[in-house]
Amino acid sequence: MTTEAQARVSPSRPASGFALLGSELSVLFRRRRTLAMLAALAAVPILIAIAVRVTHSSSGGGPAFLDRIENNGLFTVFVALGVCVPLFLPLTVGVVAGDTIAGEASNGTLRYLLIAPAGRIRLLAVKYVGAAVFSLAATLIVCIAGALIGFALFPSGSVTLLSGDSVSLADALGRSLLIALYVTVSLLGLSAIGLFVSTLTDVPVGAMAATIILSVASEVLDQLPQTAWLHPWLFSNYWLDFADMLRDPISWTSFGQNGLLQAGYIVVFAALAYGRFSQKDILS
Amino acid sequence: MAAANLAIETRGLTKHFGAYAAVKNIDLSVPHGSVFGFLGPNGSGKTTTIRMLLGLASPTSGEARVLGANIASGRAFVLPRVGALVEGPGFYPYLSGAANLRRLDTADRYAPSRTRKVRVADALERVGLSSAANKSVKAYSLGMKQRLGIANALLTPRELLILDEPTNGLDPQGTREVRNLVRSLAASGTTIFVSSHLLAEIEQICTHAAVMSAGSLVAQGTLDELRQVGRARVRLLTPDAQAASGVLAKLGLTVQPVTDDGELLALFGENPAEPDAIVTALVRAKVRVRGFAVETPSLEDRFVSLTGEGFNVDH
Repeated sequence: MTTEAQARVSPSRPASGFALLGSELSVLFRRRRTLAMLAALAAVPILIAIAVRVTHSSSGGGPAFLDRIENNGLFTVFVALGVCVPLFLPLTVGVVAGDTIAGEASNGTLRYLLIAPAGRIRLLAVKYVGAAVFSLAATLIVCIAGALIGFALFPSGSVTLLSGDSVSLADALGRSLLIALYVTVSLLGLSAIGLFVSTLTDVPVGAMAATIILSVASEVLDQLPQTAWLHPWLFSNYWLDFADMLRDPISWTSFGQNGLLQAGYIVVFAALAYGRFSQKDILS
Repeated sequence: MAAANLAIETRGLTKHFGAYAAVKNIDLSVPHGSVFGFLGPNGSGKTTTIRMLLGLASPTSGEARVLGANIASGRAFVLPRVGALVEGPGFYPYLSGAANLRRLDTADRYAPSRTRKVRVADALERVGLSSAANKSVKAYSLGMKQRLGIANALLTPRELLILDEPTNGLDPQGTREVRNLVRSLAASGTTIFVSSHLLAEIEQICTHAAVMSAGSLVAQGTLDELRQVGRARVRLLTPDAQAASGVLAKLGLTVQPVTDDGELLALFGENPAEPDAIVTALVRAKVRVRGFAVETPSLEDRFVSLTGEGFNVDH
């Protein structure tokens, strides 16, 4: 081999490696399945707002805050989140997180990424960040669609909080962003679980289903008084406490506890995923 | 051979899946600059060996050194210099051919993003896929996917190419193109390790070969060395088989039973007699010689004798 060719081949200085993350996000968010899930999430607040607007009946039963939508459109966001957090968001996050490694394995691309070489830790990290960014995007799309349809169909203006205080619309919008952040953080533990499950199989549908079932199981256990001792350890325990951001002053306790709990889940399941994936024979 | 001259070297490489030994204690020596044919029937452990060479699977025992480094610890800096096609191509069906290559290229931290588009276009050009570059891979035929897999191995200049069944699914035209591609890459100094279950497909391009059978390495060397291991034989057509057998046996050849076609086959011994001398001896013994030929076994015969004729997967 000539020295010139040698120079081109022999590794000089590796790039920082963010290109793979960029590629991951672009593949994820250009994929039709991802777009369909985001569209379905955006449809939730739109359906709620239209139903309330058409029937004018928002009192008596229904999801939390439903009766407040007609006074202030911003409450569409909170109603929609209340509907999406227990089911739709974990479902979509389960699909994305469960697909991370198993999806590559079933395409046959996992082996090509690893011999490129992507590096197993780097690939796991990129995949996890991808799932986390999806969690944020999924939450934001519910919030943004909710705010837009809410303001289009209902009055805006100052917002009356759960504590009875009234705050300006700007303040309320700030709190909405905080809630979006809270819900995103809530989904990070589930994303880590999905990543780990995804390293166990080459069948993406299996990993997705297992992740979604785990989230449902956590929520069911969270409902049972008999398992009260377990509740503080369930990753879904603080999911619906985002309403604490709607008090004045903001009650940060649930924010902190939720953050700590999710961080614990991330550490444990990222470690499990690493332990499994770094030793795994890639035979797909 | 000095280790420094070897592009691939394995020592006692073994892989078990549970109780099943897929690869048994193989010692491969692939010299730098060679085109190395890795032969064996389906299920003989070729792909498992290749997975271990690329660090995808870890050996149960033994070690694999690729480009001078142990692959278990040196993956990060060895693999950027290795291009590979393993067990068929693998792509995102919903992305175009070019988008697939760009995606896989981002995984290699040594592949400069500045030149990514150009390198992808060049690689597609080399395998004749330029016109299908923007078609989604869903719409590719098996042969096109195979070409795209080869293009992926060529995204950056490589010191070593490991191609697992590169002609799988290709039409005869495509097979010829792959052969030419391998020749031109070899001419530029790239070591090429190419596996196949079809000897004929790679016999013309290889300088070296190894043969796997049921997980074991049963032969290895240059093509000439492999051919010589099989003994040459004499094929004789005569009505006087009885007399001829005696003459041949006296000259140190091992005579085999007469075939249905009335041909007499005899294998050369350790110190083969000159063909001329054999014919002279036969004629002197009044054997009527109607046909006489000395045959060296083809590599194909050798391959079949090493791996068995059977169609069934071993084990």
